[in-house]
Amino acid sequence: MKVGFFCPCYIDAVHPQSAISSYNLLRRFPQLEVEFIERAACCALPLTDMGYRKKACSLETNLVPLMKDYDAIVMPSGICSEQFRDHFDSVEQTDEVKHIRTHTYDVVDFLYDVLKVKELPWHPKFPYRVALHNGCHSLRYLLQARPTELMIPDFSKTESLLNMVEGIEVGYATRRDDCCGFGGTYAIWDAPCSGQQGLDKVNDYVRNGFRYVTSQDFSCLLHQQGVAMKHGLDLKFFYIAEILNGDAQP
Amino acid sequence: MRQVNQVKLGAEFIKDTAHRESHDRCLWAARMRRDKVARIIPEWEEMRTLASEVKKHTLTHLDTYLEEFEKNATANGIKIHWAETPEEHNMIVYQLFRKHNVKTVTQGKSMTMDECDLRGFMSQRGIDILEADLGECIQQLDNQAPDHIVVPAIHKLRQDVARLFAEKLGSDPTNDDPHYLNSVMRKYMRKNYEKIDAGMCGVNYAIADTGGVAVCTNEGDADISATVPPLLVMSMGIEKIIPSMADLALYVRMLSRSALGLDITQYTTHIQRPQPGQEVHLIILDNGRSDRLSSPDYWEVLKCIRCGACMNTCPVFRRTSGLSYDAVYMGPIGAVLMPSYDLHRYARLPYSCTHCGSCGDICPVRIPIPELIFYWRGVDVERHQSQKVHDLEESAAEILLRNSKSLALGENAALWALRTLPDWLTESKLNPWAASHANPPAPQETFREYYRKNLAGDKHSTDLKEDNNV
Repeated sequence: MKVGFFCPCYIDAVHPQSAISSYNLLRRFPQLEVEFIERAACCALPLTDMGYRKKACSLETNLVPLMKDYDAIVMPSGICSEQFRDHFDSVEQTDEVKHIRTHTYDVVDFLYDVLKVKELPWHPKFPYRVALHNGCHSLRYLLQARPTELMIPDFSKTESLLNMVEGIEVGYATRRDDCCGFGGTYAIWDAPCSGQQGLDKVNDYVRNGFRYVTSQDFSCLLHQQGVAMKHGLDLKFFYIAEILNGDAQP
Repeated sequence: MRQVNQVKLGAEFIKDTAHRESHDRCLWAARMRRDKVARIIPEWEEMRTLASEVKKHTLTHLDTYLEEFEKNATANGIKIHWAETPEEHNMIVYQLFRKHNVKTVTQGKSMTMDECDLRGFMSQRGIDILEADLGECIQQLDNQAPDHIVVPAIHKLRQDVARLFAEKLGSDPTNDDPHYLNSVMRKYMRKNYEKIDAGMCGVNYAIADTGGVAVCTNEGDADISATVPPLLVMSMGIEKIIPSMADLALYVRMLSRSALGLDITQYTTHIQRPQPGQEVHLIILDNGRSDRLSSPDYWEVLKCIRCGACMNTCPVFRRTSGLSYDAVYMGPIGAVLMPSYDLHRYARLPYSCTHCGSCGDICPVRIPIPELIFYWRGVDVERHQSQKVHDLEESAAEILLRNSKSLALGENAALWALRTLPDWLTESKLNPWAASHANPPAPQETFREYYRKNLAGDKHSTDLKEDNNV
């Protein structure tokens, strides 16, 4: 299986470890031929999100030839894969575009749904209590776990994967899937509310005695980390693949 | 009219820690109760689908059902009036009041009447409208708009209510015991009920095949209006129709569970025909609803049953208050409904959203609120441009994010700033991120740099494959 690895712009710049762990994790699977799509830049989410469809179209147009030839495109970010799946629609919907939209996965969906991973043979260890924050886009739009609003059977792809790590104890904040307030560009132009949501979230972890937090979206964690640091809280944040690949250093 | 700046108004409320925390806690508690009561109904998600489908069916056959309803209601002795605009609506009510020489009216909570600003209209003409809903009455005494469509005074602390009652009703300002405050209000309202000439209320469901209506309340406010005075005037939007009595059960089961996590509202008042000696009028209002219905993009907002669940779950609404939306309908549904009333005034409401998606998952009639928020932002960018500053940001983003070379350039500049510039500069007011966040630790290198140094040209994966083949 030929896999294109897409590195989201914010991951590349601010938390490259998410991409390093994910790339190395994918290379552990012998059936995969992994190729970094080096020339791909941004999925256009910041533009689509703000209603700038025409500008998003120019970015999307550039991506299509770079991404069209892979059996699967994998990225270390749920918000970006959701963007491709649900909102990569400013560009004309050719067969190539449709292929991209239905073959894009974040690391969690790819491991759980495509590779159907049942164990991690490299035996990663993380013998700590860790709070799992399911990012809203991955939770409610990619449906990687049961959002608490939906009265459907309980499941969680993220928790199932983390539970394959030796010694880990996965827990949650009290308001487990109340949004942390990142919201992409929202964090910048509604800073007061975004900051309050972030503070409420990190305080919730601290009240529950957590020191480590993980998520399938480092975008949320980047926001939470900034708020926690600003308030001097003792919390450490890991992208899920850092733990799954055995790279997370407490 | 001036554009509503929800972000600015919300920021004021956020600063008020006591009120913000109480608002957030009370509404989150309602959301938790809702989860609990919905969870014990195995068919909850099927009910949401059915409720959405019945609304779709009714809205796509609205002409037929409205006529059927009018015929049956008229046969029952209810007088039907049609109003295209709020002005028409208010004039119909006013003429009825003139004819009956009405001076004082009691009103059970009605969103349609709020939409028409009926109270403002009547007060200019010397007619007092007294709210019979406790929360709404508190807001009326305080001369403030409602904070929430179901719990209008939820943003107030008991101390606020004690102060307000002391000032307006002469009660003890130091006694904020809810039982005491309730008794103060009860005495005040009872005195008023003695002088009312007419009653008014809204409608939750108008049932086409019986020609009756159902009104759901928790305080019996509709019952006072419907039974005490000799004249009853009701208002509803054209979308309040449901086909039959059998459909009513579905919505009654969902409304209060979604709204407050209660199995059912305390009162479900059925108004089928006038009592002896009573006149009953019902005004059916359009006010842009026909236009909304004809829109292929946002007709689904008409499915709304006004439960307020989207408000309770919205992380922005809970922390910024409903008042900050400065609109009749606030919160997530307000953000996608109000632009269709006044695109300029409410153009910025769709931006007060983190796209968490919770409102879409909680809505009992499955209105795709998150998608509609995207839609209205797109409309704003194309037609309206409420926030020019975004143009600059997004143009810069388009240039920077267009390809990997420009991205690398932007990243290197940002990382250089992060590594080199002192915190007092990068965390200054010029950087809105710094208002709530410390700067992230700057990584040694980007993934692209790491890849080129350590992974490029590495045939690791193909090597492994060949090994396996051997």
